[in-house]
Amino acid sequence: MMIQIRDLSKTFTLHNQGGAVIPVMAGATLDVAAGECVGLVGASGAGKSTLMRMVWGNYRAGGGSIRVGGLDVARATPREIIALRRRTLGYVSQFLRVVPRVPTIEVVAEPLLLLGSPPEAARARAASLLTRLNIPERLWSLSPTTFSGGEQQRVNIARGFAHAYPALLLDEPTASLDSENREVVLRLIEEAKATGSAILGIFHDEVARDRVCDRLVDVRAFTPGAMT
Amino acid sequence: MTHQPKFLVADQPLFAVEGLTKRYGARIGCADVSFDLFPGEVLGIVGESGSGKSTLLSCLAGHQRPNEGRLSYAGRDVLAMGETERRRLARTDWAFVHQNPRDGLRMGVSAGGNVGERLMAVGARHYGTIRATATDWLGRVEIAADRIDDRPSAFSGGMQQRLQIARNLVTGPRLVFMDEPTGGLDVSVQARLLDLLRNLVRDLGLSAIIVTHDLAVVRLLADRLMVMKDGRVVEQGLTDQVLDDPQHGYTQLLVSSVLQV
Repeated sequence: MMIQIRDLSKTFTLHNQGGAVIPVMAGATLDVAAGECVGLVGASGAGKSTLMRMVWGNYRAGGGSIRVGGLDVARATPREIIALRRRTLGYVSQFLRVVPRVPTIEVVAEPLLLLGSPPEAARARAASLLTRLNIPERLWSLSPTTFSGGEQQRVNIARGFAHAYPALLLDEPTASLDSENREVVLRLIEEAKATGSAILGIFHDEVARDRVCDRLVDVRAFTPGAMT
Repeated sequence: MTHQPKFLVADQPLFAVEGLTKRYGARIGCADVSFDLFPGEVLGIVGESGSGKSTLLSCLAGHQRPNEGRLSYAGRDVLAMGETERRRLARTDWAFVHQNPRDGLRMGVSAGGNVGERLMAVGARHYGTIRATATDWLGRVEIAADRIDDRPSAFSGGMQQRLQIARNLVTGPRLVFMDEPTGGLDVSVQARLLDLLRNLVRDLGLSAIIVTHDLAVVRLLADRLMVMKDGRVVEQGLTDQVLDDPQHGYTQLLVSSVLQV
C-alpha cells in the first residue's frame, strides 16, 4: 500500500487564546494503493485539508500513523520528510509559493533539478508540461508571481507533475480552470494513475471527481465523537 | 517504537551541536542548544532581537567560545582544536556572511581583489588563475565583469552583499553561516539574493545556517527551522511544519503576528 493511514488524530492547542484545545480529527483510517485515486469529501471545515497537510507533514499528527512508501510521516525526522518529498511524495497545493523573480520554466523544472536531473532534460520536461497546460512560451522567462490566478495554478500543476511521484496529493487541482485546461489536468491525473501513482485529492468539481476518483472517503467519519 | 526504514540518512551529520551554552556573567546568551546539520541542509534560526540567535551563530562559527557544550564538524571536535587549526577550518571549509557587507568585505580593495584575496589565503598563487576565478564568481553573483577593478564602496547595498557572498564562496566552503543576509536590502534585491542563495545551495550542495527575523525568508530558504526565545530553543522542526502548525505559544504568537501580503 503506497499510502496507509491508521487511527490518525489531531488536536490544536491555542496557547494565546486561553490554551483552548480543539480536537479536529480522530480515528482517521484510509489506504491509497498504487495507481488508485481516492477523493476526500465532506463539508468545508470537516478536515479534508487538515488530513492532506498531515500526510504532507506540515501539520503534526496527534496520534496514529501515516505511512507513505513505508515511511511513517507521523514519526519521521525532518530530514526523512525532506527526502520523502523530494523523491516519493508530491503536492499540488492551491497556492504557488516561489522566490519572486525566478522564471516560470525554472520553477517547474526545480523538482527535477533537486533530484539531480541534467538541466536540459529538466527544462525540456518543464517546457512540455507548460505547453500542454497552455502557458504561452513568452511567459516562461517571467516569474509566475505576476500571473493571473488561473495561470499560477497551472504553473503549480506543471511543477507538481514534473517528477513522476509514486504518491501525490492534489488540493483542488481543477478549481478556476477553463474546460480546456481542466481536461489537460484530468488527463495528467489519469496518466499518473496509469504509471502507478497513488493519488489522494480534494475535488469540489464533481464531474472531475467522478472521472478520476476510484473511491471517495467522507472525512466526517473522522470528526471526533462521530458515529461510525 | 515501530520499525522506521531509513531514507537516505546513512551519511553522518556535517555539523553536530550538543548542549551549547554561552553566558555573560549571570546573563544567558544562549542555553543548551543542540542540533545536527547534514550535508546540503539549510537550517533557519528565527527569534526576535535579543533572543540569542546572533550569540548562538557567533559561538557556532567560532567567533566566541561557548561556556559549555560540544561542536563537531565532519567528525572533528571543534572546541578541542588549537587556534591555528580552527582558523584554517574557518578559511577553507567555512564561510560567514555578515548582515552588513562592510563587515565582511575590505572596502579599500577592488571587487576582484576581495575575491582573489580569499583564494590567495588558501594557497592560490597564479595571478591569471586567481583573476579568472574571481571573474567567474562575480558573474555567478551577477556582478558585471567590467566592475572587477571597482571598489565595493562604489557598489549598491545589494551588490556589496552579492560580492560578500562571492568572496565567501570562492574557496568552496561546505558550511556557510549567514547573519540576516537579506536584512537592510530592498525587497526586490532580497528576492534576487534569495534566488542566488537557493541556487548556490542546490548546485554546490552547501550546508547553511541562516539567522534571520524574517519568516518569509526562512520559508523559502530553510529546510529546517529553530525558534529561539530568551536564549533557548523553544521549538524546532521542518520549516513548513513549524510555520503552519506551531506547537509552542511563542511560535504561535510569532507566526500570527506576521502581516499577510
